[in-house]
Amino acid sequence: MDGQAIQDAALIGADALGKLMPMYLWVTPTGLIRAAGPTLAKLGGPGPLIGRRFLDCFRVDRPRALYSMADVQALQGQRILLSLREGAETSLRGQAQPLSGGQGWLLNLSFGISVADAVRDHRLTNADFAPTDLTVELLYLTEVKAAVMGELAALNTRLQAAQRESEARALTDALTGLANRRALDIDLARACHLAGRGEGAFALMHLDLDFFKAVNDTMGHAAGDLVLCEVAQVLREETRKSDTVARVGGDEFVMILRGEADPTHVARVAARIISELERPILYEGEPCRISGSIGVTLSRFYPVPDPERMHADADEATYAAKRAGRGRCVVAGG
Amino acid sequence: MHGLINRSLQSFLRDTYGPALWSRVAEQAGVAPEGFEAMLTYDDALTDRVLAASAAALSKPGEALLEDLGMFLVSLEPLRRLLRFGGVDYVEFLHSLEELPDRARLAVADIGLPDLELSSGKDGSFRLTGGAAHPGFLPVLAGVLRAMADDYGAFALVDMADGGDAVRIELLQAEYSAGRSFDLARPEVG
Repeated sequence: MDGQAIQDAALIGADALGKLMPMYLWVTPTGLIRAAGPTLAKLGGPGPLIGRRFLDCFRVDRPRALYSMADVQALQGQRILLSLREGAETSLRGQAQPLSGGQGWLLNLSFGISVADAVRDHRLTNADFAPTDLTVELLYLTEVKAAVMGELAALNTRLQAAQRESEARALTDALTGLANRRALDIDLARACHLAGRGEGAFALMHLDLDFFKAVNDTMGHAAGDLVLCEVAQVLREETRKSDTVARVGGDEFVMILRGEADPTHVARVAARIISELERPILYEGEPCRISGSIGVTLSRFYPVPDPERMHADADEATYAAKRAGRGRCVVAGG
Repeated sequence: MHGLINRSLQSFLRDTYGPALWSRVAEQAGVAPEGFEAMLTYDDALTDRVLAASAAALSKPGEALLEDLGMFLVSLEPLRRLLRFGGVDYVEFLHSLEELPDRARLAVADIGLPDLELSSGKDGSFRLTGGAAHPGFLPVLAGVLRAMADDYGAFALVDMADGGDAVRIELLQAEYSAGRSFDLARPEVG
């Protein structure tokens, strides 16, 4: 009748049982292994499991250690964690149920989460798992997850590289490779902030090239571009790595010289730059002659340095240098 | 079409016919210079343009090209392994094909492989149908099935049938050669 438990015991041969449950164990009331599923028999190590004592072959760890078969009763129906005593000490999980007619216990075991290790250690194949068992699917998922994660990691690496490149592009002057105005604004704001807290004086230097327009007009843009690149090179050589050198307009350059608080020293750096700029640059065998007017201001001239204010003062100093006949440096307020 | 599928196509064209051909096809079809990204999704029409451009560039029928793509896929060890999870022998593998789209979904939820149906004929042959919305899908599978027959060591004839609406598999000998080995445990990396 529906819903009524059938009281008859099912009889099934050991072979058929092994096909249904390749990891079953039949343990006699005295604790001897009477039969084992084919997959479990494979794990047993060199000798056969059959005839040996269950507790000699397996160590029951949870829910508690088991020392005698008399205790098995208490574990009936519970999830038991156990491991092989020999070889790779593969861990297993399972459940024990009593057999009728005083035939002992039937245990059905499976691999836990460490199934991948067990498969490798015991060289198991698809055929070692029952068709109902999802172990093979679990292994499949493990592999496929590794492959997908690999693709994602590769994608992340590529995206990161692209991001770094576009960041660098956004802060660099394409022609000279110097910083651009955006980068300068960021650096100057930071420098002012630090100097305002008394953590680092600096000089702000504006450079306007002299006679550059003439080079461009008479010798062409290619000559002009070459001159700009040479100027960039001079500025890189005459400054330190920690300084900022930016091209902010056609022939306008701005430098932040960190650690600079001495007007005389800055003027000497400026003079050196100007004399380097005045060396003729050869373009297709023809010399291009330029010079530069420099205006400088120092962060220590201000109680709280402000980028706009400093730019305005350095600009004014640059005009003063131009008015005084070009090819020279003027320090603001000096 | 999922980026993984597009990227397989890209790898197949580049590895088999060289980077120059791939660049030419990509340019004609309008693929970005950096190629397909495996984890993004692209418009189906773009994939169709790549297929048309490569078939034209190689003067090869589209169907033959797709079958070659299927063979190429099985030559990639990780993919071959994933396919071998389908069954212990070729017949079991064939029966697992209906599960293939679900298996693929387990791996990549939005991969979008079409559903498949396997029917066995009285003469011991099999017929695989499905994927009507993506006519290119069955020829690729035909290539996969041909290569997998070798992999399992089975002797099978695999051909397009019913005017491209089905793949016909005739299993002549299930255990013809030793085939390639497959170990459930993943080989150690490195």
